[in-house]
Amino acid sequence: MKTAILASALVALATAPAFAGKAFVSNERSNTITVVDTDTWEVETEFFGGNRPRGITVSPDGTKLYVCASDDNIVRVFDTQTYEELPSLPSGPDPELFIIEPSGKRLYIANEDDNLVTVTDTESRTVLAEVPVGVEPEGMGMSPDAKWVVNTSETTNMAHFISTEDYKIKHNVLVDQRPRYAQYTADGTRLYVSSEIGGTVTVMDIAEDGAPTVIKKLTFEVPGVLPEWLQPVGVKVTEDGSRVFIALGPANRVAVVDGESLEVLDYILVGQRVWQLGFTPDQKYLLTTNGNSNDITVIDVEKEKAIRSVQVGQQPWGVVTIED
Amino acid sequence: MRNIALTLLASALLFLSVTPSFAIDVRAAVLRVDYQTLLPLSRYDLKPDDLGFAGAALADQDNNTTGSFMGHTYETLQVSAPPEEADAALDRILGEGIRLIVILARAEDLLRLTDRAAEEGALVFNAQAPDMAIRDDACRANLLHTTYSYGMQADAVAQFAVWKKWTDWVLVHGSNPPDVALADAFRRAARKFGARIVEEREFEDTGGSRRTDSGHVMVQRQLPVFMQDLPDHDVIIAADETKYFAEYLPFHLWTPRPTLGSAGLRPIEIHGGHEAFGATQFQNRFEALSERYIQPLDYSTWIALRAVGEAVTRASTADPMGVRDYVISDQFELAAFAGSKVTFRDWNGQLRTPVMLYDGRLTVSISPQDGFLHQTSPLDTMGLDRPESQCTAFN
Repeated sequence: MKTAILASALVALATAPAFAGKAFVSNERSNTITVVDTDTWEVETEFFGGNRPRGITVSPDGTKLYVCASDDNIVRVFDTQTYEELPSLPSGPDPELFIIEPSGKRLYIANEDDNLVTVTDTESRTVLAEVPVGVEPEGMGMSPDAKWVVNTSETTNMAHFISTEDYKIKHNVLVDQRPRYAQYTADGTRLYVSSEIGGTVTVMDIAEDGAPTVIKKLTFEVPGVLPEWLQPVGVKVTEDGSRVFIALGPANRVAVVDGESLEVLDYILVGQRVWQLGFTPDQKYLLTTNGNSNDITVIDVEKEKAIRSVQVGQQPWGVVTIED
Repeated sequence: MRNIALTLLASALLFLSVTPSFAIDVRAAVLRVDYQTLLPLSRYDLKPDDLGFAGAALADQDNNTTGSFMGHTYETLQVSAPPEEADAALDRILGEGIRLIVILARAEDLLRLTDRAAEEGALVFNAQAPDMAIRDDACRANLLHTTYSYGMQADAVAQFAVWKKWTDWVLVHGSNPPDVALADAFRRAARKFGARIVEEREFEDTGGSRRTDSGHVMVQRQLPVFMQDLPDHDVIIAADETKYFAEYLPFHLWTPRPTLGSAGLRPIEIHGGHEAFGATQFQNRFEALSERYIQPLDYSTWIALRAVGEAVTRASTADPMGVRDYVISDQFELAAFAGSKVTFRDWNGQLRTPVMLYDGRLTVSISPQDGFLHQTSPLDTMGLDRPESQCTAFN
């Protein structure tokens, strides 16, 4: 009897991640950030995150949480341990999504209202540059070598490749309607851009000099789900590039795509209106924000199965995780 | 030969990063026919001078932003004329060499102008007239519709009512021909979706001015009397396209019931309070440009010119028939802040679009409603479907 208990305890130990961690979820409607323990999947706390918090990320050292407070027209900054608010960053109007460079110095922010990408220095808290892009900029991706920022514009329907050296657009690639998100692979040789209304994900090969070539458009099909509801938004790629996870919005599913063959392998049923995705740092789990069911779904990355859901605030939008 | 070159170019574009290889300067026009009409019941509905034109200005701005990355420019002429001068105004537009024309006019004028435009090979977008015939047996090969039809409006309302299980209707309609046409669409919608019209009443338009001091006193006495002695019903369906009485209905009924249709819960293409699906940024851009809230005619004009922009961007054509063929093809799609893409029906040139239901302040719901299924697109549950349409101009 005793042995049996010990054995199961050992199994639990063996499968437990090496580090404890936590996830921060921005709740667009309740104006809060929910903190979830990624070991126990219990909600640790919920704190004020600014008005209409959407895009959310952490500094590379894991100490600072950045939140696009869209209705405040600033980026709010919080301590990831104490949740105390730190001085805000200027963002330009209506910040929605952003990306931070690996050094943590520069933040690139999409300003949906002004057809601009704003570059903000996180140390001096000043605006370094404003780059004019297409109508309704939204998605922001960065090449792993930090030489390129890719912005997607929702009405112009392009991916704009901005050089981080001179803040000039060097390439524009036309994609399908309402591009929402851009995600490079970890080796920087490939880029995925989701088109929400077009219902596709454009796959590009990236040359050594950063030039993109469209190689495929991924399409989706789920029996019993109207094609109109297959609206790709968030995209995440595993470190080795072998699996691509794509949130399909009101289809309430995350598509699993083979990173090599670019075939859709499976659809994982998650909560309602799934938009953004975030891996835990060890990539054991993928978290999804489900805006219409007010929860996040935890997906076991290796098994490609949803294992549980956690209630968070109202209309969760974005998610980011750290090791504790 | 030119067609082959275009096709090759279009397919090449799909797989290339965009380089401004050759320039296209797109010139279009909006022709708005201004009719003498009575003042609206509510001052909120006074027509702004730039109605429709403001949508064109925003479309030019949006198209030019995209065009700046492609080497394309867009310029849209704005022309207004009284009905008797509309033909001359169109001739001037055609004389300028413009072959892409958005027309804001009543169906009768629209058809005459469209036929004149056809002689010069021009493509016309109907951004105002909701009449069924111009989408049916009187359709034209050079006429696309970016505004919705009476049928789409009525079907949008009917689906919502049926979803709510409000299936016993009293239909109250006006006496002017457009009111009668809208009432007809509601009768058809009731049959289509299984609602029952338990009684119909016509509220006669006796003319006269709309604006009288303390006019509400008489309305408050007359309307309830007009609405008494009805059989049991769930809702009032109002068909008042000429907008002379329905707005008084909701609080002047005999039996308290919700009003839908021309008052109460109304179908609308867009309104200034709509924010979902990224519309906030669209509203902000519009308001920054025009210093007022958007109205449906601005939106239908914007869609027409954005559709032209998509054809130019993706198919590299500003040729009228090239634009037409591209936008009715399955290649075309446009994000229009309504929750799903808009496309065109290839059997009658009608925009396939969701329809908002609006209480005067908020988007209450958007049709098609859940559960109304269709083999092609749920959007085709509203308006004239392929088997119903008598249009042969697109065959």
